[in-house]
Amino acid sequence: MDHMSMIEWARAQFAMTALFHFFFVPFTLGMSFIVAFFETIYVKTGKQEWKNITQFWQLIFAINFALGLSTGIIHEFEFGTNWSTYSWMVGDLFGAPLAVEGIIAFFMEATFAAISFFGWKRVSKGVHLASSWLLGIGSNLSALWILIANGFMQHPSNAFENFNIDNSRLEMTNFWQLIAQPVAQVKFLHVVSAGYTLASIFVLGISAFYLLRGKHVEFAKKSAAVAAAFGLISSIFLAVIGDDHAYEVTNTQPTKIAAAEGLYVGKKGAPIVAVGWPKDLKAADVQTNDQAWAFKIEIPHLLSILGKHGVNAYVPGLKDLIDGNKKYGIWPLSKLAEVGQEARTDLKAYHEAKAAGDTAAMQKAKADFYSVVWSDPKLGLKLRKCDLIGYGFFKGKNPDLIHPPVLPVFISFHTMVALGFWFILLFIWAWIAVVKGSFANSTLLQKLAVLSVPLPWIGTSFGWMTAEIGRQPWTVFGVLPTAESATPIALANVQATFFMFLTAFVILGIAELKILFTVVKHGPKGAH
Amino acid sequence: MSWAPYTVDATHFYLQVYFWIIVAVLGGLFLLMTFVQGGQTLFHTAKNETEERAITNSLGRKWELTFTTLVLFGGALYAAFPLFYSVSFGGAYWVWMLILFAFVLQAVSYEYMNKENNVLGKGVYKFFLYFNGVVAMLLIGAAVGTFFTGSNFSINPDTRHVIWGTATNGFNLRGLEAAIDFKHGAWFNLSFGVLLFAAARILGGLWLINDIDNNEFPELITRIRGTIKKCFIVLLIALLIVLYGLLTMKGYSYNIHDSKGIVTLVAGKYLHNLLSFGAIPLILLLVGLVLYVWGVFTSGFGNSNKGIWSAGLGIVLIGIVVFVIAGFFGTPFYPSYADLQSSLTIQNSSGSKYTLEVMAWVSIAVPFVLAYIIWVWYQMKKNGPITKEEIADPESHAY
Repeated sequence: MDHMSMIEWARAQFAMTALFHFFFVPFTLGMSFIVAFFETIYVKTGKQEWKNITQFWQLIFAINFALGLSTGIIHEFEFGTNWSTYSWMVGDLFGAPLAVEGIIAFFMEATFAAISFFGWKRVSKGVHLASSWLLGIGSNLSALWILIANGFMQHPSNAFENFNIDNSRLEMTNFWQLIAQPVAQVKFLHVVSAGYTLASIFVLGISAFYLLRGKHVEFAKKSAAVAAAFGLISSIFLAVIGDDHAYEVTNTQPTKIAAAEGLYVGKKGAPIVAVGWPKDLKAADVQTNDQAWAFKIEIPHLLSILGKHGVNAYVPGLKDLIDGNKKYGIWPLSKLAEVGQEARTDLKAYHEAKAAGDTAAMQKAKADFYSVVWSDPKLGLKLRKCDLIGYGFFKGKNPDLIHPPVLPVFISFHTMVALGFWFILLFIWAWIAVVKGSFANSTLLQKLAVLSVPLPWIGTSFGWMTAEIGRQPWTVFGVLPTAESATPIALANVQATFFMFLTAFVILGIAELKILFTVVKHGPKGAH
Repeated sequence: MSWAPYTVDATHFYLQVYFWIIVAVLGGLFLLMTFVQGGQTLFHTAKNETEERAITNSLGRKWELTFTTLVLFGGALYAAFPLFYSVSFGGAYWVWMLILFAFVLQAVSYEYMNKENNVLGKGVYKFFLYFNGVVAMLLIGAAVGTFFTGSNFSINPDTRHVIWGTATNGFNLRGLEAAIDFKHGAWFNLSFGVLLFAAARILGGLWLINDIDNNEFPELITRIRGTIKKCFIVLLIALLIVLYGLLTMKGYSYNIHDSKGIVTLVAGKYLHNLLSFGAIPLILLLVGLVLYVWGVFTSGFGNSNKGIWSAGLGIVLIGIVVFVIAGFFGTPFYPSYADLQSSLTIQNSSGSKYTLEVMAWVSIAVPFVLAYIIWVWYQMKKNGPITKEEIADPESHAY
């Protein structure tokens, strides 16, 4: 791995932290509400068995909660430690949602966790129940603000409205626009519904495990009933909102969707590859889409329908995004890079003129920097030179750098989608069995539920990889290249911290799993 | 050459001041919450399993708040002073990475240490808590010390890159030099670290005296008082060194009305800051010190169990004053001794006016957040201190 650059090590460290953190986040999002459901039933019925159920799942929740919380803090600070140029350039926009998360959500989550975990005998039932719900709401609000921040990285709509030429950074102009951007909203709903689905499968699977062993039967039946209902609603919503998410991605990050579908040559009525294996070729080596696949089974027109809401709508491929396509108004990368480089030159000229006190030269450079290079009066759209400054980095570089690698994005995206459909089937089956009262007798369903327990973690991790690898080579899509975002620091330091955290994560992850398995093995106290 | 724009907008300036006050208050509250870290270094005072679990459960119900305060402190700095976030975290890489590492180890230790099959064994998790209590406090203290002694960085105004130190290849200290470079105030930074550690440890002891049933654990409480007394001597020595340093060192200074914001070194700068604004900083510092010492004497040397409250309020005031004199009155709060003009001030490192306005609206939520935290705290404490019965009760989620 010696050939890896500092940037790649910094990315690896961030990816490791993010993935490890993301093992716990979806579980917290869903499990906090499931625990609140159980406790609500307990408070309503006053039955001890529901209290036992609540406390058992809460114990499991708490074991995960600690590690999720602790890895989150590394994540926040790594934006500064390893991505300081990014923080400098977009901190004015990106820092705000993180701070709001801290004030509005994180304190709510941590504060009410104290009552929910430790207050069973210290506060009234009503206060305790309210605290459990507030813990769940706080966790989910926390996700909202983080995903608003991430949504900006995925689609920085109008980010350059106020590019401050004096300090070369992006500055916020409209907070509501930042919050309400559709990419962030669908991303939030997609992630939280994935969390609800994940937690439901966990509860369903562990319940099925007890039933297969003939242990804690009443506990397991009741837990499974709640999980099946919550999971069915969540998994269907997950698919619906996933479709919306794919639509947003297709229209805002064409390179990501083209890589996810292995679409090299754009076409009308573009298909989705249901099953296949892409060769991950360079765009220049591909003349037809068929060349790029070892094998594939397609569903015709489906990508156009889902991504563009038109049976014969045009979806650009990776070659179009590199070579350009006049018919569909797509500029070649070479032109984007040329204009972007001009913007960088104008910016430099502005600062040199400023240092020299040459006002006339400053004004000229500024006018050039903000000059409009394309406009469509009918649509009210315009493109300024400064909007393309990030592309200047790619001038003279390998054009394939402008899109993410096809193979990992394709595999992660398609695995995630396939698992999503499996979860819906599983929950339909489980829900019918619960309603008919046959869940406790259906050995096959129970076995499948147990085997499915790790799958949502694979699904959420692949979902995150699709989003983050698919955004490459940008930290802020179309604006700030990843290679320009990192802290200038000697490689050895990043390698050392990478292994420092890797060691901690592996050891703590093993400890967490062993404790979890032990708790599951012992089962709920007082259950039948 | 001044590398960053000067704020000419009065509203923008007042917002910068407002957010530095928020940072100061958060810093003060964080210092209060470090009683968790300090308490983690007192496990040796427990002589049996029950006493040890009393300490674990008392601190284990509060660690999230220290954590959350640190996260909010980071978030507030990111939003309000993004250039500090970029320069300090990216520059003093090892300092922050080790602090983060110490906090990760802490977070899991409470939940895991008394669980069956926890892989590492209870002793290792206890060591993690010690590590967090000692290393994180020393490093955070030393990092705050550099707010006065300066750091070894310069900023390229064109590339926006931070250049930290002189080494560009291989393994670098990246911030840890603050603890060994005595030419640039390592003695002060280290003393600040020891001061923070000792203050936290004493607060931890005072908290445990308040939160653990004194009648059920009389011997433990006596031993904790013994440790507080010893630690108080360390605190006094460190405090004297830090005060001597603050009052005698040359401080970094700039004129807030000068559009170039040229930074110079000025003798007696921090004494001047303490005496500024009607000497309110000095008065607050003295009130804070008196409250803190009062708390130590009533609970550490006396038999009261309420010393944590006055000592806690005292340290919040002291923390606020530290940040006030570091960032106000024309003082760069994150100075550079390598290139004075790269020093960060609240004016040249802040977010845009619009962002600060938005965040000012958001900050209206802070009193409500504080209110519910206090309410929850009251709810959890109103039924009395932690008892043996509660620790043994499986329904209490005891650690």
